Amino acid sequence: MSDPAIVTFIKALVLVLVLLGGFAYMTLIERRLLGRFQHRLGPNRVGPFGLLQPIADAIKAIFKEDIVVTAADKVVYVAAPAISITFALVAFGAIPAGPAKSLFGYNPWVMNLDIGLLYVLAMTSVGVYGIFLGGWASNSKYSLLGSLRSSAQIISYELGMGLAVLSVIMIGGTLNLQKLVELNVWSISPWLWPGLAIAFVAMLISGTAEINRVPFDLPEAEQELVAGYQTEYSSIKWALYQMAEYVNMFTSAALISTLFLGGWRAPGFFNAIIPGMASWPIIWLVAKMALFIFFFIWLKATLMRLRYDQLMRFGWLYLFEIGLFAALLTGAVIAFVL
Amino acid sequence: MMFLAAGLIAAAALVVGALLGPKKASETKLAAYESGVPASGSARERFPVHFYMVAMLFIIFDLETAFFYPLAVKFRAAPTFLYVQALLFVVILAVGYLYILRKGVLFWK
Repeated sequence: MSDPAIVTFIKALVLVLVLLGGFAYMTLIERRLLGRFQHRLGPNRVGPFGLLQPIADAIKAIFKEDIVVTAADKVVYVAAPAISITFALVAFGAIPAGPAKSLFGYNPWVMNLDIGLLYVLAMTSVGVYGIFLGGWASNSKYSLLGSLRSSAQIISYELGMGLAVLSVIMIGGTLNLQKLVELNVWSISPWLWPGLAIAFVAMLISGTAEINRVPFDLPEAEQELVAGYQTEYSSIKWALYQMAEYVNMFTSAALISTLFLGGWRAPGFFNAIIPGMASWPIIWLVAKMALFIFFFIWLKATLMRLRYDQLMRFGWLYLFEIGLFAALLTGAVIAFVL
Repeated sequence: MMFLAAGLIAAAALVVGALLGPKKASETKLAAYESGVPASGSARERFPVHFYMVAMLFIIFDLETAFFYPLAVKFRAAPTFLYVQALLFVVILAVGYLYILRKGVLFWK
């Protein structure tokens, strides 16, 4: 079932490059969209429609001076952004993008783990280390505050996330993402829909919070903390943090679509247009991810930031209980109705 | 494999960045940023104990969530029995949760 090592490595490398390319163009798309939301044009000068803007940004980031702050803990300071980006990229590897052997005879995933879901959740939480170590090693007050806030926020919302995915696991009876997609949790019984819908909303909210996006972007609150844990970082190290943030956004979007929207599958009526169209690899997953990413950008343009106490109260008081409620509801349906 | 590929990219980016950028460091440039005024003291200070408590609570509740996972995977095997067990577990947990709420650990002043 599993591929030879060299194939896996090539797939991993391709996935990493695709994710980084995706990140580069995400920044452009986000800025253009935010521009439109705010009734302005956004970057459109570099190349047609501003398409070369990300390349210009990348070159700029590489050629900027690489500052290591005097007071910083040098080793940790350099390692922290690398930890952040590595674990952000690694987490995406377990997400399946199509049925087995569908991508020119190869499996469209890097790894197909039986504990895929746990793996993705675990790897995204290791990302906290990158943020926290970075903030601590910078030895700057803004950074430290930003990273403290960030860690507290991410771990708080992880609870909501962990409980929200419980309903899906209970219905699916597996942690293997590929099997969960093939099973399609919505198709089992309409009685399960309320629990799943609540879990979906909880997952969407905690997913937004996990990746530090507006309205949960307190770690980076520009107006009060300058840029939080990134304050002392420059050039490529700063770019690595940005990459990590956007790759986490991809992972979050992909995880939500895989668990709740059928991942790489498309509604069956597409098969009526072209037979087999609904199980084409990659494109459906990307389409669903694009939907969520648009949603994240839309949120950024619409909502304002929460206050810190509101953030913590929301995470622990409401999201935690909503997630638990969804899990108990689904459990009750499986135990007593089905 | 994924680790290898991702780690390679991260390391390459760091090396390239370190090699290519200009090197014109000055004392001010390398000082900690505090909105332009000279930095006062170290940042390694005491911080609110609230963060510590949140971290502790996270460990407790995350373990509890982790407890649920194997139960959820095998839930279909004996739904009613497992559901009652899970409910009992949640009730015990809720006692602790209410205690935390009453103590005001999660309310920031």
